[in-house]
Amino acid sequence: MNQTSNTGGMRARGAALARHPLFLPLLALVALLLLNRAFNPHFFQIVNQDGHWFGSLIDILNRASPLALVALGMTPVIATRGVDVSVGAVVAISAATAAVLIGGQMHIVNGVETYASNVPMSVAILAALGVGLLCGLWNGTLVAWVGMQPIIATLILMVAGRGIAQLLTAGQIVTIYYQPYFYLGAGYLFGLPFAVYLVAAVLGLLWWLMKHTALGLFITAIGINPVASGFAGIKARTITLCVYAFCGLSAGLAGLLISSNVKSADGNNAGLLMELDAILAVTLGGTSLGGGHFSLIGTLIGALIIQTLTYTTYSIGVPPEANLVVKAIVVFVVCVTQSDVVKKLVIRERMTLEGGR
Amino acid sequence: MKPLNSTERFSLGRLFDARLLPLLITLALFLLMFGYGSVAYRGFFSLQVFLNLFIDNAFLLIVAVGMTFVVISGGIDLSVGGVVAVTTMISATLIQNHHLSLWVVTPLVLGMGALFGAFQGVLIQYFRLQPFIVTLGGLFLTRGLCFLINIESITITDPVYTSLAEYRFAIFGCFVSANVVIALVVFAVAIWLAHYSTFGRVIYAIGGNERSAMLMGLPVARTKVLVYTLSGFCAALGGVTFTFYMLSGYGLHAQGMELDALAATVIGGTLLTGGVGYITGTLFGVMILGVIQTLITFDGTLSSWWTRIAIGALLCIFCVMQRLLERHSTGKKRDSIGHQKGVKAAPPARQPEAASLGPNLTLEQPHGV
Amino acid sequence: MNANTPLPAAPALPILHMRGIDKRFPGVHALKNVEFRLFPGEVHTLMGQNGAGKSTLIKVLTGVHPADAGEITLAGQQVHLTAPEAAEAAGIRTVYQEVNLCPNLSVAENIYIGRFPKRAGRIDWATLNRAAADLLAGLALHIDVTRPLNTYPIAVQQMVAIARALSVDARILILDEPTSSLDEDEVQKLFTVLRQLKARGMAILFVTHFLEQTYGISDRITVLRNGELEGEYRVDELPRLTLIHKMVGRQIDLESLNQPQANAATAGETFLNARDAGHSGGVQGLDLEIRAGEVLGLGGLLGSGRTETARLLFGVDGCDSGQLAVGGKQAHFKSPHDAIQHGIGYCPEDRKTEGIIADLSVRENIILALQAKRGLFRYLPKKRQYAIADEYIKQLGIKTPDADRPIGLLSGGNQQKALLARWMATDPKMLILDEPTRGIDVAAKLEIMDQVLALTRKGLAILFISSEMGEVVRVSHRIAVLRDRRKVGELPAGSVDEQAVFQLIAGGEQ
Repeated sequence: MNQTSNTGGMRARGAALARHPLFLPLLALVALLLLNRAFNPHFFQIVNQDGHWFGSLIDILNRASPLALVALGMTPVIATRGVDVSVGAVVAISAATAAVLIGGQMHIVNGVETYASNVPMSVAILAALGVGLLCGLWNGTLVAWVGMQPIIATLILMVAGRGIAQLLTAGQIVTIYYQPYFYLGAGYLFGLPFAVYLVAAVLGLLWWLMKHTALGLFITAIGINPVASGFAGIKARTITLCVYAFCGLSAGLAGLLISSNVKSADGNNAGLLMELDAILAVTLGGTSLGGGHFSLIGTLIGALIIQTLTYTTYSIGVPPEANLVVKAIVVFVVCVTQSDVVKKLVIRERMTLEGGR
Repeated sequence: MKPLNSTERFSLGRLFDARLLPLLITLALFLLMFGYGSVAYRGFFSLQVFLNLFIDNAFLLIVAVGMTFVVISGGIDLSVGGVVAVTTMISATLIQNHHLSLWVVTPLVLGMGALFGAFQGVLIQYFRLQPFIVTLGGLFLTRGLCFLINIESITITDPVYTSLAEYRFAIFGCFVSANVVIALVVFAVAIWLAHYSTFGRVIYAIGGNERSAMLMGLPVARTKVLVYTLSGFCAALGGVTFTFYMLSGYGLHAQGMELDALAATVIGGTLLTGGVGYITGTLFGVMILGVIQTLITFDGTLSSWWTRIAIGALLCIFCVMQRLLERHSTGKKRDSIGHQKGVKAAPPARQPEAASLGPNLTLEQPHGV
Repeated sequence: MNANTPLPAAPALPILHMRGIDKRFPGVHALKNVEFRLFPGEVHTLMGQNGAGKSTLIKVLTGVHPADAGEITLAGQQVHLTAPEAAEAAGIRTVYQEVNLCPNLSVAENIYIGRFPKRAGRIDWATLNRAAADLLAGLALHIDVTRPLNTYPIAVQQMVAIARALSVDARILILDEPTSSLDEDEVQKLFTVLRQLKARGMAILFVTHFLEQTYGISDRITVLRNGELEGEYRVDELPRLTLIHKMVGRQIDLESLNQPQANAATAGETFLNARDAGHSGGVQGLDLEIRAGEVLGLGGLLGSGRTETARLLFGVDGCDSGQLAVGGKQAHFKSPHDAIQHGIGYCPEDRKTEGIIADLSVRENIILALQAKRGLFRYLPKKRQYAIADEYIKQLGIKTPDADRPIGLLSGGNQQKALLARWMATDPKMLILDEPTRGIDVAAKLEIMDQVLALTRKGLAILFISSEMGEVVRVSHRIAVLRDRRKVGELPAGSVDEQAVFQLIAGGEQ
């Protein structure tokens, strides 16, 4: 593009902005938020009560947290050409582990309510995270060392995982009575939900790893060409294993948030269809399912889009069940626009446009 | 046990084909499990218990047959559970609430299933999308549609429908339901499709090497779309039989059936990488899932979630086994790929493979037709 | 039938006439206004160097890559070959260099799929198998046609592919380097069949790299160079040397190709020493010594174990018998990473799948091995990355607008240079170059070879692999010769010539 005038330069800058990979996801998010504003004039209002901020936006942030965690863990997996469809089951397992270990009873001692957990909370949390990590390592081993297709390898845990979660809870919905545990999913820190800080911490950690170590470069290289990456000396297997392990760990963390938020663990329904939401969030954020270049911020935006979408369907009075249909349509539209066929068409269009000048 | 085509009938050597191994293991496993049940539980060893395997899993067999074709072509269809559910929902709504005839509703839902499969096939083939993401989207869509129609479960009380659903065919003093007859017809047609029709062989060809199939001038695009159409049709038919079985329509019906169907397919010896698979194997895969459930029911002390864990474990074992067999054969193949690359300016040389031609031939000829 | 008629006046109407064929791929103009004619009852050989556009022309003709411009007439009628099905329907049959059949289907199915004999609505397997066996018997191949194709060696698979092409009445038969996996006997058998087909009036388009075969079977030769038509010749009007000149383009290159360039170098200490090393399924009992400052050439034919040797020395295939020593100390390479830590680099034969990472920038591709060597946490700052990349882009003359361009968009020669830069950046002590000049135009080829020789003068050890024996002889100080995945001999510096290498390959005494 050849700019001769100032307007041309501005147009070019605008076009470059429009071509930025995060432009479309952000646009979609903003459009959704504005749509909500149209239905609900108080949508953007945030009020401070007792030092806590409340409002629709805060609510969306808070509720998007578990999905954001799972999707952030999924992003590097998808960047290495993989996928982890077991995250929903891992969420259920981790939630079940935490719930069973904490359980908790309320005693009234001298008229004061006190709470006791079955095991110390820190042990329970570490155990739940450890179980998530273990699940991730299992998936990673099947993919990196046994050499199974990622979808198949993680499908095994997806099938068995719900059974394991129910085994842990003995088929019951385990209720948690230990008050301090609820801080994780429902507590506030400096006026904002605690979960938001967790997401920020995980994002920050990943961001640092990607930008200040060679991990981002290596993951991208493996995703684009695994064989050539190995020939260049990258330890592809180890990195793949770590990526799946991290995905399991973040799913475990999400399981903690969810069980803390709903104060119970349901082996059957905790994290149900979450793998689909997570994949969708990653795809919405502009990371291709074919592997290679990826965007963490994009994934975060993707998770927010999905949560806002859910919020929207609730608030404009569409039955919540329609949510699934809307998501499905989003999946189809995003995939088709990301497909090589459509990309080629766009490129050809652009070439003829530029060639014609 | 295998479809009787001459390629398999006459060649003893095929029995030792490593790729048949999973199928043989599946068969042995089924017999072992059924045998264990017969010894361990009173009343297990009876024709009716055996027939019940068919009655309780007829819909799964139909769905799994469609899945088998998809997997043989190298794809995957995760939408089948949703299609089953939406079929029960539409059938129940139209019959119960709109009082339409069974004979109008059934062709309609079958057509819808096929059409939906074709839609997914077109996305996969013409937009080059990954089958798993497209069919995941399909799962969202169909489940969501169920709840858009009705959140509650709809029970069917239509007399024609219930009488058909409750009709029993007697066999040696025992009985099977109409569903079983439908499933067996589907099974027979599937064997004909897989082994005696060009369409079926092209599916195998695509699974073996899609690029080659295209270069051989085979109708790859059409066949791939048709495979997903077939799977959609089978899922809808599975939904119809599921409606017979449950006599209700509900959005939460058939949850996780896509995984069961996939597990039955894989346990039946179909390679997830495509190109190799057996309809008969899928039948045994379904039977094994059925036996696991029956064993757990007979035991009484084991909880239902053990089914999931057992299926997951079986899936894991079979997948790892497939992978090892595959690695074994690609280990051999990689050497040959190295030799395909042409020498440019050197005189042609006899290659190691060509040298081994001699012994190979003498080994094989006794099995020849 | 084409007796003494001077070209271009045609002996008859061509059955196939391609005119003004143009084809572009991203970054490559593969075919520029190419014309090609094929007459019934002739064997017409298409010749050209790698990258001349032969395969692209074939793919245009078979509908795999429809042309961007130009017209194709078949027997005087214009046709649009937009898909392989269309080409098949038009009577064009193709046998490719790689066996493009389905490995999981039986031999008989592979021959007849798409045209199965049917009886009562079902495939008639008995008739099918009998017909397939008969057809193969005609090619002197007696095998069990019911077994899956992948249970047979490549040579048999190639004959099955030819049988498939012959199983219907084709008007045009295209053979795209079908002989590269056949031995001399099998080639002669194939030629006998081709002569029969020719006598029946079939038009045969033949692609090969072997001059002997070209002159053994062809009636006519078309030469392509750099995607353009160089000319169409009758075989008796085109002496071999002229043909080579026309393929290469410049006579000057030929002369420099014949000039030995490897000076008697100052070979230093032994860098890598392999003793009886081997990998099951790969090379066996390998004794090899590679010294600093010298080029060790690997001679041998396709399948003799050249690439396998490289994979063994680079840790791709683990060394499971014998031992390797680097600088006198025993070394175990479990992965390429270990080999790189010992100062070894490897430019693989298959640049696209094993070398470049297409969507990464030139800069990232260049620093990748260095970064892998440094490990995950000692990340090179962006500034250093650009400095390194820019340095090598300048030094090696890599043609790219900037270091941030995805490497997949560069030409083959520039990709190869970037790969060379990747290893030079790791400051290696030894480089393995496997077919570094394949698919690269002559100018880039010479540049790369100059760079290689310059490196040895700085004390680098090089293991050089190429199937162009002349090239090996020209740059190497010593040549180790492989046959059947074993080393069969070694020729010291000075006494090396092509003839000696061929003698060793052939197994004759020196």
